[in-house]
Amino acid sequence: MVADPNPQPKPARRRMIEILLGGGLLGSFASFLYPVLRYLVPPPVAELSGDQVIAGKTGELKPNSAKIFRFGNRPGLLIRNSDGSYRALSATCTHLGCIVQYRSDLQEIWCACHNGLYDLNGRNISGPPPRPLEAYEVHLRGDDVVVSRKREA
Amino acid sequence: MFAALRDWIDERFDWAALTAPLRKKTVPAHDLSYWYFLGGITLFLFGIQVCTGILLLLYYRPSANEAFESVQYIVTRVQFGWLVRSIHSWAANLMIFTAFCHMFSVLFLGAYRKPRELTWITGMLLLFLAMGFGFSGYLLPWNTLAFFATKVGTEITGQVPIMGHALKVFLRGGEDVTGATLTRFFGFHVALLPGLTVLLLLTHLALVQYFGMSVPPAVEARWKASPSEARQIKFFPNFFLRELMAWYIALGVLGALAAILPWELGTKADPFAPAPAGIRPEWYFMFMFQTLKKIPAKVWFADGDVLGILAFGVAGILWLLLPFFEQAGGRRGRRLVLGAGIFALSYILAMTIYAYMAK
Repeated sequence: MVADPNPQPKPARRRMIEILLGGGLLGSFASFLYPVLRYLVPPPVAELSGDQVIAGKTGELKPNSAKIFRFGNRPGLLIRNSDGSYRALSATCTHLGCIVQYRSDLQEIWCACHNGLYDLNGRNISGPPPRPLEAYEVHLRGDDVVVSRKREA
Repeated sequence: MFAALRDWIDERFDWAALTAPLRKKTVPAHDLSYWYFLGGITLFLFGIQVCTGILLLLYYRPSANEAFESVQYIVTRVQFGWLVRSIHSWAANLMIFTAFCHMFSVLFLGAYRKPRELTWITGMLLLFLAMGFGFSGYLLPWNTLAFFATKVGTEITGQVPIMGHALKVFLRGGEDVTGATLTRFFGFHVALLPGLTVLLLLTHLALVQYFGMSVPPAVEARWKASPSEARQIKFFPNFFLRELMAWYIALGVLGALAAILPWELGTKADPFAPAPAGIRPEWYFMFMFQTLKKIPAKVWFADGDVLGILAFGVAGILWLLLPFFEQAGGRRGRRLVLGAGIFALSYILAMTIYAYMAK
């Protein structure tokens, strides 16, 4: 077949119908796709508890030891220093989200996943962690060790 | 019996026409022919995965409260459950290994060259899917090792610029690795990935069938110089029987490994326990793992991890498009591709060995 040397321009009405049909089709596809995309996003989970939690009892930890406690949905690390004082930090490594642990032999905080080290103030001192661990405030209330988020000044 | 069946089919579908491709297909015979077996062995191991996977589905329960216990039940109470589970784990690892060997043999023997670019691309996509199978399947027993490997792996996707966070939430089914993650990974592992794999696998095999087996450049040159040396063997039954022999050996190795070194289950994951010492991903992710471990927190002004992840992403895409660089590179193209292949292989080997030595 030989190509038409003088192609007729498409009538405007046909062009209009193409736009309407194509647009309608696209619109209907979008209306199928949108619910699916929304379905893929999980609904938000309510954050448990507020800014304060009882992390443990006073007699529970020996000096130079530590435990993991639940701070809402996230793990926290409660450390009892050698002098008997307490400190609390977020236990989620700032590198790739593993849970850190207290190393009584080093008196430092260690992440086993990629060998990250933090000092007792939560400062990242070696290995891949890019940021310090968030530090919390610790109060003693009777027998309870209470941990709370630091108030922004 | 067989003759009667063949006649029945012949009356309806023309047996001779149906089996013509099988009778016509030949395989080049030369001193490097052994490398042709690797793809077939990988296919065979995939078949094993489908069968043992279906068996495991009879008892496995995909929830955070029950997953570990159900796998424990499979390996302790169900008759030969330990064997089925062990074979599934071992075959998964062997399959990734043979797929890697297949990929490098295709690279070094030049089988990706024009006109087989699409065969290379479908093969690479299949390898990515296989790694996806490995990553999602690793979590399913819900043990400590898998829990943290998944945390790290999904956190890494979260570091991809712009859409990383959305991707992470999509994979995890929330902000954290929880039972919701397990449910999603289970769905990926037994429905999404198998579906995609079957489609791609059929395409890959159809392409292999369409183009026939590639002859390595060195052999091709030799055959061109003296055409009388060129040899082909029939695919059926000659090559097919040899391939069966290779499958039988693979099955033997697999059975021995699964029985002598049953795959460990470990301890149940606890989202509120520290990561244990010696935590690490499966061996085929080790070179990336070690790289991320060694990269400094800050490189120049960027986060070291983001840089590492981006580098692996870019390398993966370039690797996928490797056949096209050869054409673009003209006469130096082949050398470029070979160089990249040797570099990639040495990097992967060196980093993997380093990772295991350094722990």
